[in-house]
Amino acid sequence: MKASPLQKLIVAVLGWGAALVMFFPVAWMVLTGFKSEIDAVHSPPLLLFHPTLANFGHVIHAGDYLGALTNSIVIALGATVLGLLIAMPGAYAMAFFPNRWTKDLLLWMLSTKMMPAVGVLMPIYLICQKSGLLDTLTGLILVMMLSNLPIIVWMLYTFFKEIPGDIIEASRMDGANALDQLRIVLLPLAGPGIASTALLSIIITWNEAFWSLNLTSSNAAPLTAFIATFSAPEGLFWAKLSAASTLAVAPILIFGWLTQRQLVRGLTFGAVK
Amino acid sequence: MRLTITAAVSAALLAVSGTNALATTITIATVNNNDMVVMQKLSKIWEKQTGNHVKWVVLEENVLRQRVTTDIATHGGQFDVVTIGAYETPIWAKRGWLDKLNDFPASYDSGDLLAPVRTALTENGAMYAAPFYSESSFTMYRKDLFEKAGLTMPAQPTYAQIEQFADKLTDKSKQQYGICLRGKPGWGENMAFLGTLVNAYGGRWFDMSWKPQLTTKSWEDAINYYVKLMQKDGPPGAASDGFNEVEALFATGHCAIWIDSTVAAGLLDDPKQSQVAGKVGFAKAPEAVTDKGAAWQWIWSLAVPSSSKHEKTAENFIAWATSQQYIDLVGKTDGWVLAPPGTRLSTYQNPRYLAAAPFANQVLAAVQSVDPQHPTLDPVPYTGIQFVTIPPFQQIGTTVGQDIAGALSGSTSVSAALQSAQDSTTAAMQQAGYLK
Amino acid sequence: MAKPTEKPHRRAKLMRTWPLLTPAVGVLLLWAFIPLAMTLWFSFQRYNLVDPTTDGFAGFSNYKFLVESPAFLVSIFNELVMVAAVLVITLVLGVAFAVLFDQEFPGRTIARLLVIAPFFVMPTVAALVWKNLLMDPVNGVFAYLARSLGLAPLDWFTHAPMAGVVMIVAWEWVPFATLILLTAMQSLDHQQVEAAKMDGARGPQILRYVILPHLSRPITIVLMMETIYLLAIFAEIFVTTSGGPGNATTTLTYLIYQKALVSFDVGGASAGGVIAVILANIVALFLIRSVARNVDL
Repeated sequence: MKASPLQKLIVAVLGWGAALVMFFPVAWMVLTGFKSEIDAVHSPPLLLFHPTLANFGHVIHAGDYLGALTNSIVIALGATVLGLLIAMPGAYAMAFFPNRWTKDLLLWMLSTKMMPAVGVLMPIYLICQKSGLLDTLTGLILVMMLSNLPIIVWMLYTFFKEIPGDIIEASRMDGANALDQLRIVLLPLAGPGIASTALLSIIITWNEAFWSLNLTSSNAAPLTAFIATFSAPEGLFWAKLSAASTLAVAPILIFGWLTQRQLVRGLTFGAVK
Repeated sequence: MRLTITAAVSAALLAVSGTNALATTITIATVNNNDMVVMQKLSKIWEKQTGNHVKWVVLEENVLRQRVTTDIATHGGQFDVVTIGAYETPIWAKRGWLDKLNDFPASYDSGDLLAPVRTALTENGAMYAAPFYSESSFTMYRKDLFEKAGLTMPAQPTYAQIEQFADKLTDKSKQQYGICLRGKPGWGENMAFLGTLVNAYGGRWFDMSWKPQLTTKSWEDAINYYVKLMQKDGPPGAASDGFNEVEALFATGHCAIWIDSTVAAGLLDDPKQSQVAGKVGFAKAPEAVTDKGAAWQWIWSLAVPSSSKHEKTAENFIAWATSQQYIDLVGKTDGWVLAPPGTRLSTYQNPRYLAAAPFANQVLAAVQSVDPQHPTLDPVPYTGIQFVTIPPFQQIGTTVGQDIAGALSGSTSVSAALQSAQDSTTAAMQQAGYLK
Repeated sequence: MAKPTEKPHRRAKLMRTWPLLTPAVGVLLLWAFIPLAMTLWFSFQRYNLVDPTTDGFAGFSNYKFLVESPAFLVSIFNELVMVAAVLVITLVLGVAFAVLFDQEFPGRTIARLLVIAPFFVMPTVAALVWKNLLMDPVNGVFAYLARSLGLAPLDWFTHAPMAGVVMIVAWEWVPFATLILLTAMQSLDHQQVEAAKMDGARGPQILRYVILPHLSRPITIVLMMETIYLLAIFAEIFVTTSGGPGNATTTLTYLIYQKALVSFDVGGASAGGVIAVILANIVALFLIRSVARNVDL
């Protein structure tokens, strides 16, 4: 039964309406990056103005954009890959071989995130200081990974639960060992779920602005520190900050777009059944 | 014998390498204000001169303060040069967290530093931080609006006069506001201005036995004045407007009068950043009962943490960045209007600077007239004009700032806000051991 | 005949899963235990970063001082209000967008990316853009739109500060909910939906009886994960209102932040952290009791 043209129109209008409303502040921010400072705070707000690249130039020159970008990429990828490696076996075990402690274990893992980071700042700072991990990529990767691990475990667990257990059983009956089961059966089916988890972990790490500011100074400073360089100095700064933020958001936005196709490939349950 | 051989070898190495074979890398933590961005750019010249290398950590003020304080208090050694203000310097100097800066070359001419600025950074006769730029506060107003309304701003206005002017210059239907002032909570935000307002009304934070005075008549009068004036003649959203937001309002033509930092003068007079460039007049910070403490003092200065491992190089950099030669360098390369203000007398005797910055003399008058050692009408056990140079003040100032912002937004009455502020300040002083 | 072989099989299962679980559990144990132990220790000490003369055992005085401060109860209330409001908005919109974007329409891929874009923006920047460029009652876009319609612009952060903060935070987190729920929608058996339509079910009924039950586990997941992150929000508050006016937007996390990084009172901040953990566990317990147990986790 196909949807009527009217229904299709309504869906399209609603879909695009939602998209534009949600995206408007981001678009406004990007636009502001191309305005001069005085145009940025002009009232009424300007849609037509003399665009300038001066803000982008200044921001790339004055801050260490490429260095910060590299650090952000290394930290986000490092924390995510490490997190996935540690989390996947655990999530696999809990999803396919649950026992009476599984739920409690999951909830305990989540509870490790209940301490606000700012309450535990000094202990972590002192530990990092004494182990020489301050202002190092390693230190930040470890802290971010530990911070994200409960979320990664939970999300993998959720997506693994979507997969009917009999598929795994069937492959085991066929003689496949655990590693093969993982590789041949599980990964293709849970692929979108794993990709979605990885994407989430990368984005959360990319935007994390507490540990990344407090545990770094000059060597390991990621894009969040880059943005803090242009945030709220004395005087008008919204155009420069918008430019800096556009530069910080662009890589992750592009990455997100490339990964999108993975996410909505769709699980092929039909084929399995 | 071994010494001479070592010396000979080093000299030979030096001669061969042509540069300082002992080049060091120092890490400098600084605020992201414009003058510091210029310093960052020009530091390449220092790097070439000395063969050393600088790593920069440039952050917004609040983040910077947290990072630097955490590092210095735990003796982390992450930073070799830190940018701190007139508030931290005396406290940290007393703690032994900062190195004495007594190794400057003779050409540094510390006698050229403006007296109130130098005193604020000196502890027991030794300087613990070198001033990079300093500011005071004064009154800024729109000459054109005043002319149109037939008003004249006196050189030393009173707060009563300010109220009269503001009443006449407010037209909310056209988004024109007679007065714009900071309202965002923070010990360095709204409380910076309100500190001077309270001083002008004859008030003080603490009496000689450290009892908080927030429910005295001077505080009540001052805060009532502030709230009433802002509600009558001020812009909406004031309770969340900090320096930058108010500057944006003034620069886009919405304000007739603004009492704030002398740094704003340069920003408002720059046609690239301001729609009212050339239309701004300046007068002294208003007085009421007294003019003591009616204008504030803030200094951004460079210091060397005692946990630094490259103290000599760090001191060398600081001497360079706060010298007259540096100011000349800025003038020549970036324009005289961008020279760091408020630190040296020579800057204000330089005709090129005076030509580029028409407000220079008023800034000088403001900076020279402050006396942070005697900030109030009645005697006080503390120093500091718009802040109190004791460790618990950051928290106290911020909490009181929140209470007053609440009164400004109309969610509480002024007396309730001040009572709450008094209670929390008393509790904080008890916890810190100043009160029993 | 099945029984005797089942028992060793089950025990073998348990034995087999332990090595898989050890890395995750072990690493989290260290991460949770050591800092928590240190925080607990600090909370019973008088430890102020900028005032090294304060030291010694504090007993419960840090807790007492925090609990007796006038901002304490208000901060808990604000925290709960903020989290609850954002959860409701993000779940409602998340489900709506998930259902919407699950359907085909021209340019869906791009529209989907646009909807998710807010999640990529740093919270500090998002708050600054919203506060100064959009919500400013004099120069902002919303004020301009209001005036063009003849209305008085709303002074968000003076008269409705919590609403302002909630709006910014919800805008940041709707993409998170949408992303997870949309991915979950991919596994919805569309034959079920077709069958229901054949039986004469209309939109709202399909939503209630087919879609929502399918999404119940992901919704629970979103609920729990967002709660964890929302309890820790403070950048948005700091940038917009600094916890004010008065205490209107001071949450418990913000209060702890003030203790840690404005007063540099490590003892007090640690006590605040411990209290926050206890409270968060209570909230989680409540959530679990009422929601999670109903859903096959």
